[in-house]
Amino acid sequence: MALGLPENVFIANLDKLANWVRANSLWPMPFATACCGIELMAVGASRYDIARFGAEVMRFSPRQCDLMIVAGRIVMKMLPVLQRIWLQMPEPKWCISMGACASSGGVFDTYAVVQGIDRFIPVDLYIPGCPPRPEQLIQAVLDLQEKIRRTGTLTGREFQQRTQLQTPQLLTAPPSDLIVAPGDYRTATQRWPADDKSSSVSSSRWPLPQVN
Amino acid sequence: MPLELVETWDEFTDQKQYLYTLNFGPQHPATHTTLRLILTLEGEKVVRAVPDIGYLHSGFEKLGEDLNYNQYVTIVDRMNYISPVANEIAWHHVVEKLLGIEITPRCKYIRTILAELARISDHCLNIGTAALDLGAFTPFLYAFYQREQIYDLIQEASGQRFHPSYTRIGGLMYDIRDDWIRMVREFVQTFPKAHSDIHRLLTRNRIFVERTKGIGILPRELAINLGCTGPVARASGVVRDLRKDEPYLAYGELRDTFQVVCATSGDCYARYLVRMEEMLESLKIIHAAIENLPAGPVNIDVETKEVLPPKPDTWRTIEGLIQHFELIMTNRGLETPHEEIYGAIESPNGELGFYIVADGTDRPYRCRTRPPSFVHFAVFPYLAVGHQISDMVAILGSLNIIAAELDR
Amino acid sequence: MLQSMIAGEQLLETLRERTGCPAISFSTFRDNYRILVPREYIYVVLQCLKEGFGFNMLVDITAVDYLYYPDARHRFCVVYCLLNTQTGQRLIVKTFLDEPDLNLPSAFSLWKAADWLEREVYDMFGIIFEGHPDLRRILLPESFADFPLRKDYPLRGRGERHDFPAISRAES
Ligand code: SF4
Repeated sequence: MALGLPENVFIANLDKLANWVRANSLWPMPFATACCGIELMAVGASRYDIARFGAEVMRFSPRQCDLMIVAGRIVMKMLPVLQRIWLQMPEPKWCISMGACASSGGVFDTYAVVQGIDRFIPVDLYIPGCPPRPEQLIQAVLDLQEKIRRTGTLTGREFQQRTQLQTPQLLTAPPSDLIVAPGDYRTATQRWPADDKSSSVSSSRWPLPQVN
Repeated sequence: MPLELVETWDEFTDQKQYLYTLNFGPQHPATHTTLRLILTLEGEKVVRAVPDIGYLHSGFEKLGEDLNYNQYVTIVDRMNYISPVANEIAWHHVVEKLLGIEITPRCKYIRTILAELARISDHCLNIGTAALDLGAFTPFLYAFYQREQIYDLIQEASGQRFHPSYTRIGGLMYDIRDDWIRMVREFVQTFPKAHSDIHRLLTRNRIFVERTKGIGILPRELAINLGCTGPVARASGVVRDLRKDEPYLAYGELRDTFQVVCATSGDCYARYLVRMEEMLESLKIIHAAIENLPAGPVNIDVETKEVLPPKPDTWRTIEGLIQHFELIMTNRGLETPHEEIYGAIESPNGELGFYIVADGTDRPYRCRTRPPSFVHFAVFPYLAVGHQISDMVAILGSLNIIAAELDR
Repeated sequence: MLQSMIAGEQLLETLRERTGCPAISFSTFRDNYRILVPREYIYVVLQCLKEGFGFNMLVDITAVDYLYYPDARHRFCVVYCLLNTQTGQRLIVKTFLDEPDLNLPSAFSLWKAADWLEREVYDMFGIIFEGHPDLRRILLPESFADFPLRKDYPLRGRGERHDFPAISRAES
């Protein structure tokens, strides 16, 4: 039985439709903390102009956004804020980790900086670079749109399966016990003071890690 | 000084009932990055403002104790990230002072040009975003376009547009190319147009003037007592500019080409005007420096054993290779005196100083930064009291607080 | 240089006279002039410098931990950088401190700039400034237990940076 469709009526997969709409109207929430934030501004400003890709509506209220761009390092004091803002965003939502610091701690392997936000919140896309060039961020937005188009579902079923953090394992030993190349290579060939008190360890002025 | 920061009132008086507390930040568009203010309001009037900082404390100074004098420049870059080159120049200026190195004239001039470019880009961003917070979007686009031009210049010189890490002890990573000079000349010619555009958009703009004039007045005595430097102090009538007072780099030779810009009213509008005029003065310095750029090497003599030899020498001659290793090997490296030194330059934001404690090895034992933003943000409570809540963004914007420099 | 040395000697004489502290010493390095003051006298010296010599701007307060410094005899040193805005003269005032008594009088009553600078020194080194109106941690969270710029604190911390709950995708 042939069913005639009136004009202006289309039939589509509802998921597809939702993806198409969502992908082309991403509203970023710029969580800009440091230098990468300035590049994020550059992306919004005249030369690079992210408006060409439908993601220029920066909203600073998490409740109106569906894409969080974490630009810059996140430190101990900021992390609870970040998590809270992430929880405040409505579904469906995505997260881009922009720059080396947000993705892995970058050059700041210090006591205060979180070594990658993906240890604590889910991340969809990483952008390497310190800072990434504006083109990289634009490419990331395009990639995210592609991802939404391919894997998105109307009800957000694809998120349900991600119950585990897909991140590097948390460190089990306190970091002071690890010798991480290339940080302490200067002391790595020397003996530790706990082994031998009489040796001239004092000639090395670097505080040697204590073995517990 | 009419305002007292540490005034505390009884928690349980009647007066308290009418006050309420508003949390401003740490994630707020007008804080640009990560500042937090706890405001006590009476109606819309701010009766007390308590800044809370540390949302970007990433341990720069601790990291500096782990890296050597040349490596730390990459970290210093990330301190005031809207004018990174100025930080590098400050850091190596102090390190060279510690080691007693006198850099070559060409290097001095190139560094001067870079420092002034950094000042222009810093002021551009500051004015653009300050206007953005007050509701004017267009100046931001104009100002940012000029920043992109400066990024191009820096990229051409160093290879990286944002964090160039271009300076080295006793010189630069490598010399500039002639094309760069042409680009700088071009910039010097085109910038005044953009500058006057911004001028026409803001300086006599009724909304902008009403929202900044008379807001956040910093009297001269208070400015000195609070340790303010740079445009913030100069807008309050403190005539102090390290470029003139303690000339470093090529500023001594170029001292007649520029003037120190000051204002007396000390409000947000004065700070805006000082920044605007400073950009033109910087442009004059750049113009004079690029036209008088001396020839010669950018690095000091290799014989001093303080700079890396040029790469072809490292590859082709035994002396070059030996010296390269002498500096790079972990058990060799630079010899430093057992001394401590404080040095400062006039960064776009004010006096950016470093206090270095050296212990003979090639790594600083302690490298303290004297961050202008930190000192300026401590001023905020004094400026905020008595103004409306919507004036907070105007004051914040005019102080130019950079979170990474604030918290380090 | 010679002239400033003489000026330094004069300054020292006057300081000794006015504060009644004989043990102040003077040194120079490049263009830095430094005086070393015993900790008991630090407040009078600062006051005298401000009121008698016109050092009206406090540029910086910082501290150094000399734990691993070769031949160091004291653990901490607090450094005040002063500036005379009239003449452009700079002076660095240093004073040594040792555990367990890490107290110093606060300079807040002389320069308001000392407010945050002292808080930062307290935060990073645990040096307590008596008489400071509001001595809290400034950069690190209140719950932080250590003083990170002390030399016996490791660069990568003691694991504080990993000590947060994680949120997975399904639960957010
Ligand atoms: S990745 Fe680089 S540019 Fe980005 S916040 Fe970190 S240090 Fe700054």
